[in-house]
Amino acid sequence: MSDAALIAFDHVAKSFDNGRVKAVDDVSLGVAAREFLAVVGGSGSGKTTLLRLANRLLEADRGRITIEGKDVRAGDPVALRRRIGYVFQSGGLFPHMSIAANIGITPKLNGEPEADIAARVDELLDLVRLDRKRFRDRFPQELSGGERQRVGVARALAARPKIVLMDEPFGALDPLTRDALGDDYRALHNELALTTVMITHDMTEAILLADRIAVMRGGKLLALGTPSELAKSDDAYVGELLGTPRRQAERLNAALPRGEA
Amino acid sequence: MSVLSDPRWAEAWAHLPDYLGGHVRVSVTAIALGLVVSLPLAIIARNRPVMRRLLLSIASIVQTVPGLALLALFYPLLLASASLTLKWFGFGFSAFGFLPAVLALALYSMLPVLRNTVTGLRGIDPSILEAAQGVGMTGLQSLGRVELPLAMPIMMAGVRTASVWVIGTATLSTPIGQTSLGNYIFAGLQTQNWVFVLFGCIAAALLALVVDQLLALIEAGLRRRSSWRAALGGAGIAALVAATLIPSLARPAPSYVVGAKTFTEQYVLSALMTQRLDAAGLSATTREGLGSNVIFQALLDGDIDVYVDYSGTLWTNQFHHTSLRPRRQLLAELTAELKRQNVTLLGELGFENAYALVMPRKRAEALGIRSVADLAVHARSMSIAADYEFFSRPEWTALRTAYGLNFREQRQMQPDFMYAAVASGEVDVIAGYTSDGLIAKYDLATLSDPKGVIPPYDAVVLLAPKRAEDQAMRDALRPLLGNIDIATMREANLRAAGGDGNASSDDVARWLWEKIKSNNR
Repeated sequence: MSDAALIAFDHVAKSFDNGRVKAVDDVSLGVAAREFLAVVGGSGSGKTTLLRLANRLLEADRGRITIEGKDVRAGDPVALRRRIGYVFQSGGLFPHMSIAANIGITPKLNGEPEADIAARVDELLDLVRLDRKRFRDRFPQELSGGERQRVGVARALAARPKIVLMDEPFGALDPLTRDALGDDYRALHNELALTTVMITHDMTEAILLADRIAVMRGGKLLALGTPSELAKSDDAYVGELLGTPRRQAERLNAALPRGEA
Repeated sequence: MSVLSDPRWAEAWAHLPDYLGGHVRVSVTAIALGLVVSLPLAIIARNRPVMRRLLLSIASIVQTVPGLALLALFYPLLLASASLTLKWFGFGFSAFGFLPAVLALALYSMLPVLRNTVTGLRGIDPSILEAAQGVGMTGLQSLGRVELPLAMPIMMAGVRTASVWVIGTATLSTPIGQTSLGNYIFAGLQTQNWVFVLFGCIAAALLALVVDQLLALIEAGLRRRSSWRAALGGAGIAALVAATLIPSLARPAPSYVVGAKTFTEQYVLSALMTQRLDAAGLSATTREGLGSNVIFQALLDGDIDVYVDYSGTLWTNQFHHTSLRPRRQLLAELTAELKRQNVTLLGELGFENAYALVMPRKRAEALGIRSVADLAVHARSMSIAADYEFFSRPEWTALRTAYGLNFREQRQMQPDFMYAAVASGEVDVIAGYTSDGLIAKYDLATLSDPKGVIPPYDAVVLLAPKRAEDQAMRDALRPLLGNIDIATMREANLRAAGGDGNASSDDVARWLWEKIKSNNR
């Protein structure tokens, strides 16, 4: 494991139901600063558990997780979570709060002045390409799935975190929205010099957005590498996962020859 | 039109500030106390299944206890704890009126609040709770900023249910000494004043309805995030509380409180004493509808200053004597025993209100029944009715053993209904009161007690310990002593029990005073 890693998992394990279900089984991996890592796996592979261990929504049974070299368990979990942006699967927006209040919640918890928070909220709405005036005072139920997820991203970025954790952020969206949001986020990741760990079950999305991909199955880390490194893997499951995007790419190429689209 | 021109409506109106004020005060305090206790308990229990089940079962059990019984239970409970605090910490508190009523009603209000709060908090989407944690909220911040606001509409529905229950049940706090809209109902039932009964019911229902609608407005405001609705509802509640409390608070508290038990004669006599005290410039008020055991304790504690009791009742119930004395001797011994408790027996009013077995005169003559001994022969095929306490009183045990009485059936009845019941043949015999005017009205016969089992029941005026040396009070009440004979009292009782059309107990008390003055001339 590289010492330079911003986030490092070191032989981390977590089980549920008194050890009967091993959700994360002896995983070691490092995420470099400014890296975009996608964690891919089916349901029950342990990918979501792995993400929650990083900001202590769950506590590891064994092993060590460090951020910037410091054990996450050394400090206060609440302070830790305020330093890390987290985007939830279905937005996780608070239904009784306006969009502005949702986005500004972490700065507010940190006790920042109201005027600063209001300015920050407008800036973030611009950043995630939502019209300030139209969205500030609306409520989550009035928004489309894509708009809600943009708000979720804005909320995660509000306290200017270096690290953003995303739990299948675009999974429930229609393909067009998903594509646009993914690209927008990747641009933000670069622009703001973020370090991102994104959970997804969709290998195509992982290939398109991430620098490196971690493949998990049954709580274990099967493979870790750039898309082209993974393509060389001789693991059958990794091959299976890459099969779908490959076939799709071939079919798309055949159906939409270049220049004719 | 004639119904509305009944002067008793005006009299009912005159009592409204007092009764409504008392009702709102006890209800608001009880609901507030209920909330202060239930909300934290519900919050703590929301993630603890064992505690949650336990709390909700206890609250459900409390709910099955009838309101009247719950209120009545709190009186001895507080009495006992007051004597303990007095022994251990050197201070006691009044177990009368407000405190037991508030505690019982608060307990009563807990179930809907507990259940709805738990339901509301547990119904929140877990992903929202996770998000609260994820954005960096502490447990308390998550509760205050996310969980409670989201559960609020359901919680408010619980508060509404609790409020309606408490306002309704508060009418039953009259017998333990808390002034409420129930005063209309209890007094009305005793004196056959249906205007009062109706007025009390309508007032309580209206109050419950208005509060429910205002709380509904707050609830709708919270649900639709409409702050003007919530504010309007809140302002409405505040205005209602202020409007009902200020008149009763602004008025100077009367310095003398006259107690009355739960039957017609007591309403008349307490009204008479209140009028006499007022006439002497000693501002006085009545506390009506008090239970037999509550009223003596209230006198000891100084919660009331004066009331009329009956020598036999005190002798057997308060001092637990089983053997009887001749009338004068019993009075003398009773006076001495009361003195030891610092209660002053000011004197007798001049009549007796004894328990007596009563049956229709014609039937008694036909069967040749003149005494209880004669009755014993026929009792096996007869039914007897009495008020709510008679069958558990020592007099009844004494009568049964002395004469070998054994009835086919025993029934308990509202005292004012039993005379009509025996006259119509609904029951064969009743344990009536000798001073009741209805005995003459229905042509009933009182059976004699040849073995002298039933004690004498001289009506006597009792003063609270703190009034022992109150000369002004003694002077104001002295003209009543020895001046009310049995015939006069019977007539007064008959008038008050509806024999005189629309006369209220105040009217009858004024009539009684005129009668006393003319008799003395």
